[in-house]
Parts: sequence; C-alpha cells; structure tokens
Amino acid sequence: MTGDELTIPIFKRLRQDGTLYREGDDVSLERVKALKIYHTMLFTRVLDERMLAAQRQGRLSFYMQCTGEEATVIGSAAALEDDDMIMAQYREQGALAWRGFSCDEFMNQMFGNELDYGKGRQMPIHYGSRDLHYMTISSPLATQIPQATGYAYGQKLAGKGRCTITIFGEGAASEGDFHAALNMASVHRVPCIFLCRNNGYAISTPSSEQFAADGIAPRAFGYHMQCIRVDGNDVIAVYEATCAARKITVETNQPVLIEAMTYRLAAHSSSDDPSGYRSKEEEAIWRDKDPILRMRHWLEAQGWWSEEDEKATGDQLRREVLESMKRAEKLAPPPLESLISDVYDTPPPLLQQQLEDLKQHIRKYPHAYPKGASSMGFSAQEIEQSRKAHEQWQPGGEQS
Amino acid sequence: MNMLQAINNALDIAMAANPQVVLFGEDVGVFGGVFRATSHLQDKYGRDRCFNTPLTEQGIIGFANGLAAQGSTPVAEIQFADYIFPAFDQIVNEAAKFRYRSGDLFNVGGLTIRTPYGGGIAGGLYHSQSPEAYFAHTPGLKIVIPRNPHQAKGLLLAAIRDPNPVLFMEPKRLYRASVGEVPEADYELPLGVAEVLSEGSDITLLGWGAQMEIIEKAAAMAEREGIDCEVIDLRSILPWDIETVCKSVLKTGRLVVSHEAPLTGGFASEIAATVQERCFLYLEAPIRRVTGLDTPFPLVLEKEHLPDELKIYEAIKQSLSY
Ligand SMILES: Cc1ncc(C[n+]2csc(CCOP(=O)(O)OP(=O)(O)O)c2C)c(N)n1
Repeated sequence: MTGDELTIPIFKRLRQDGTLYREGDDVSLERVKALKIYHTMLFTRVLDERMLAAQRQGRLSFYMQCTGEEATVIGSAAALEDDDMIMAQYREQGALAWRGFSCDEFMNQMFGNELDYGKGRQMPIHYGSRDLHYMTISSPLATQIPQATGYAYGQKLAGKGRCTITIFGEGAASEGDFHAALNMASVHRVPCIFLCRNNGYAISTPSSEQFAADGIAPRAFGYHMQCIRVDGNDVIAVYEATCAARKITVETNQPVLIEAMTYRLAAHSSSDDPSGYRSKEEEAIWRDKDPILRMRHWLEAQGWWSEEDEKATGDQLRREVLESMKRAEKLAPPPLESLISDVYDTPPPLLQQQLEDLKQHIRKYPHAYPKGASSMGFSAQEIEQSRKAHEQWQPGGEQS
Repeated sequence: MNMLQAINNALDIAMAANPQVVLFGEDVGVFGGVFRATSHLQDKYGRDRCFNTPLTEQGIIGFANGLAAQGSTPVAEIQFADYIFPAFDQIVNEAAKFRYRSGDLFNVGGLTIRTPYGGGIAGGLYHSQSPEAYFAHTPGLKIVIPRNPHQAKGLLLAAIRDPNPVLFMEPKRLYRASVGEVPEADYELPLGVAEVLSEGSDITLLGWGAQMEIIEKAAAMAEREGIDCEVIDLRSILPWDIETVCKSVLKTGRLVVSHEAPLTGGFASEIAATVQERCFLYLEAPIRRVTGLDTPFPLVLEKEHLPDELKIYEAIKQSLSY
C-alpha cells in the first residue's frame, strides 16, 4: 500500500470573489475580529512592500516577504489566545503584527539599532517578543519544531490550558527535526499545533522535488495524529481550522497537524530571483488568488468595508511605515558591550578581557570601527581625524 | 574567472572526466545553487547526476555516505556551513570512521562535501560561521579551504579525486570578489600541503581561506615599516602541513596565526601548541593568535568582531617588540 488512494481534501470556505462555497453557512469570524485580521493583513503587505523597496535602495541589508501567505499566518494567529506560544520560521511577521508588535519594534529589529530586542545580532526579520509570546526566530530551519513539542509539554504540566503553535515551510518539513518533533508530540501527548505553510517552493526547489507523497498532511497518520488540510489563501478556512485544532489540542493534549495550501508570491528573499526557476504565468495564476483581495471581497459583501476604507487605511499605513523607518534608521547602533553580553548570563573573564583589548585597539584606530568608536564616545570629528592621520599608511594608501 | 566560476569549472571537469561524479544538495539543480556554483551542470549532465535534494542536511550527507560506499563519487553541497550541524553525526561518526571501523572493508573515500563559510557579508549569527575547528577534531576527514579562484579549482579537483572524505570549505565573501587567472585545463593542487606565498625573515604569518587576503594586507603594512614577513596559506586544515609551518618558524622565530572563528579551541590553538613543541628554543616571542571573539557572530558589530589587517598588524608589532 502506498497511500496513493488516500488524498486529503482541502477545507475551503471562501471563493476568490468573496462568496461562500456553501451559501447561507454561518461564519464564526465576527466583525471586529475580521476587521482586525484584515487590517493586520494590509499592514503586513505594506510593510513588505516598503521594506523590499528599502532593501533595493540599500537602506536595509536583507528582507523576506510574507506576500501571498497573509491569510495562513494571520488567520491562524487570530484563532489563538494571546498567551499561546508562537514558534515560527521567519516569514510570519503577520502573526507578530497580529499580536501587537508595533511598527517601530519591527523597524528596530530590522535596522539592528540600540532599541532592537535582539541587540543587532541577527539579520533583519529575526524578530522575537517575550511579552507577545513569540519565540525569537532562529535561521537554522526546523529547529523550532521539536522545541515547540517541548514547550507544549511544559504548558501541559503547567495546566493552564495554553498551547503552542509552530509554523514552518514544506521544505523545512523534510528536516529530521520535523519527524522527531511529531513523533515525540504524539507519544508524549502535547498541546501543540504544527502548521505547515505549503507554499510550493523552498527557495528554488518546487514541492514536487521536496516530497513524493500527497504533501505534508498525511504524515500525521504515521504518527497517530489528527490533521487537516486547508486552503491557505482562505482566511476563514484557516481561522476555523485553527480554532478546531486548538480546541482538540488544549482539551485532549493531542497534537494536530495543519497543512495550509498556499503560494509564496514573492521571491524567497531579497537575495533571490525566482525568474530562474518559475514562470511569470504560474505566478500570475496565484496573484489572482490573492488572499487579501479574497477577504476584502467578503468584507465588502458583509457591508463591513468600502473603497474609501481601503484607501484611507492604505495611505495611513504607508505613512506610518515610512515615518517609523526614518526614526529607526537614525538611532544609534547597540553599544560595544553587546558584543560580549548574553553569551552567558554574565561575561566570563576571558570575554571581558577580549572586550578590553578590543576597546584599546579601537582607541588607536577609531576610523576603522566607526560604530564601535562612536559607542565608545568618539565624536564624528575625532573619527575623521583618525582617518586622515592613518590614510598615508593604509595598505594601498600611498601606492595606488 | 571569479571563485564561483572556478568552482563551477572544476565540477564540470570532474563530471566530464568521471561518470561516477554525482552532484546534489539544496537548490543545486535547475537553479545552480543559491550562489550559482553548480550553474548549467544539470543541463549538461542530466538530472541523474546533478539534482535538488529535499531540505535535509542529515539526509544529504547520509545519502552521500551510502552512495560513496557503493563506489560513486558524490559531491554534496551544504548550502551554508552554518547549516552543516544537522549532518554532524553523518560526517563525524560515519564518513570519518567508515574505513576505520570496517577494517577497510568499506569506505566513503569518494565523498566531497562543499560548503560556503565565513563572515564579512552582513550575515549575522547564522550566515557567517567558520566551523573548521569542530571538524578538525575528527580523525579520518580531510579539510581544505582555498583562498582564490586558482586555488579553488586545483584543490577542489584534488578533493573530489582524493580517496578520503573531504570537507571543502569555500570563503563565500570571495565568491565574486576574488578574481584571477585560472588555467582552462584540468589540474590539481596537493592536499595537506601549505603554500608559502611570500618569503620573509622576521615573522611568519599563517592563515587560510578568506583570511589570507587580510593577512597579505597586514604584511604589506608591516613591510612599509621594514618588517619582512613570511606569509603562508595553510590550505589544508586536516591533515595540516606541520613541516612547512615549523620550517618557517625555525627561520623567523615568530608566528602570528589568524582565523575568523573564535579564539578558544580554534585551529590556531592546535597550531600554536604544535609549533611551541617543535620550535620552542627558536621562538623569539609568544605565538600570537588573531581571531574572532569568543562569542557567536554578531551583525551590526561585525567589523569589530572580525580579525582584520589592523589587528594583525598590531600583533606583528607586538611580536617584534617583545
Ligand atoms: C538547516 C538549514 N538548512 C538550510 C537553510 C537555508 N535555507 C533558508 S530558507 C530555505 C528554504 C526554506 O523553504 P520552506 O521551509 O519551504 O519555507 P519558505 O521559505 O518556502 O517559506 C533554505 C534552504 C537553513 N536556513 N537552515
């Protein structure tokens, strides 16, 4: 038996034109929540557009967009309690925005300034927030999945009716960590939701070269776990599926696997060029399935949203993002001490010594380390003087 | 040619010369790798010999070990050296010990693992590491790091044809930045042999990979002050060329070793220990290590963290005035 006879259907509620598949059904998403979800989707889209543009202008070193996957990411976050844990991959800024991470907080991380919670150590988009129960992103893929199993086990022991959701791509689901995580979760019965964003590609690798079977959802059966496959561009379906998964996992301590079928509309990252591995036609098909547009049509049909709302909100969000970016860009870099802090709870003597040695070195050549030097109190003028003084004997300085 | 082109050219030559050479890894197929090191090779040699794998490093190297044990010549790519750790077990416990544990009934000598390493690209914690020292603690592996396109081609061809598993670490900062003359022909450079780049009498400067460019800048600075530096590229971290290094230190009496990885347990420590054992009475000053800090790799303060020419220059001066 290969399981070929078993293909898992896709749970859908909304058509692209905003009508329901089954007219007259109740939708569990009420007005206030629906509008908040939509606002978060718009914010995420605006943030992505602006930050990609900022990257292209050289203001930002790197960026990754959520574009095309907003319904999956935000719809699922909206189904949780605010103090359920989110352990995401990196493309889930929408979930963090849903929880209330401010535009300034996003910017501070991206520009790695002195207000960045991560102290300027990680590349842009590696957000984290203890207050918002959002685990700081780690670049090595899939490492958060078994960690989510462990986190959820702790939540079970704490007995407060909370759960963890971990989000990952279909590519990351090939890692050993994914398989270990699901197995331990079902053996130890933990309240964890495993949400796979199946967006068709892992960088250039299409899902057809990622797995041979019917996607990620059926893997749940091998681990004796419940699963659901949902239309990831359909915010109502994602929301309802996640609500159901949360209920199961919190009430019965059984993990649940959700596979959201969606598409990574943007490039993998600002360093990637998808024209090398997929066609414009293919992208166009998916652009027509835009999850934001689909939700907008539905909201308009409810009489909850209008053309004017759309324009006013868009303008306001773009302004907010631009102003916030300007503020973040101007802030100072993290202090030199941040090089050695947080490696341990307190820096051991060898690290303190290394920092002292570095400071002494920077005092001699402040121009070569402008960030470190300014954090040590050197003025721009002093740094410039040092540059002039050393110009003569810099390698190539006199010969070339 | 730049370094990527040199690597691509070496892979092309290796595949043309030996039908058992098989290339794989994340995104190496149609796309030619995220850095384009394997561009056009799938077109040329087909999907059976150049292909994308699922996203699993332990899977990739485990698969490569099996393939090599069967007699093929796998060249597996790990997209970034920072992501080699899921495959650590397959490399350290399996690839490195295959021959030993089976009494040479089986071996994975055909295996080559290519991976980009190192900082200087604003990559932060997880796109900047130099993990050579972890692997240097593993008998049974070879570890090779080229410094420029010419070296990359000759060393990679030698690595692919070497009858031992080889970890080939590519300095990604230099992929496009380092350009130089590279012969079109098939050629190999020896593994396990250091290269003396310039002879000098006052002090020996030793490094590998991307750090060589920086060491040469420091040497030029010192030379302007009349300090005559001998510059050596170690090229192979394992096994390493003790003879060449010690011969140089016996002559100069001074040694500065520089690498990007943290100080503690870095490969410079191994070199320093060996050199002081063998050259103790000839040393005129303590051996100096100029390395990254003993911290994970930062982003904004990357420049401060990295060993650069000024830090090496200071170490040279200190050694000479000891
Ligand atoms: C362990 C590990 N291997 C490789 C990488 C490099 N890498 C970053 S993202 C990515 C593709 C991820 O694809 P997927 O999980 O499908 O998520 P998507 O980007 O499509 O959202 C790869 C290979 C990494 N970050 N970690």
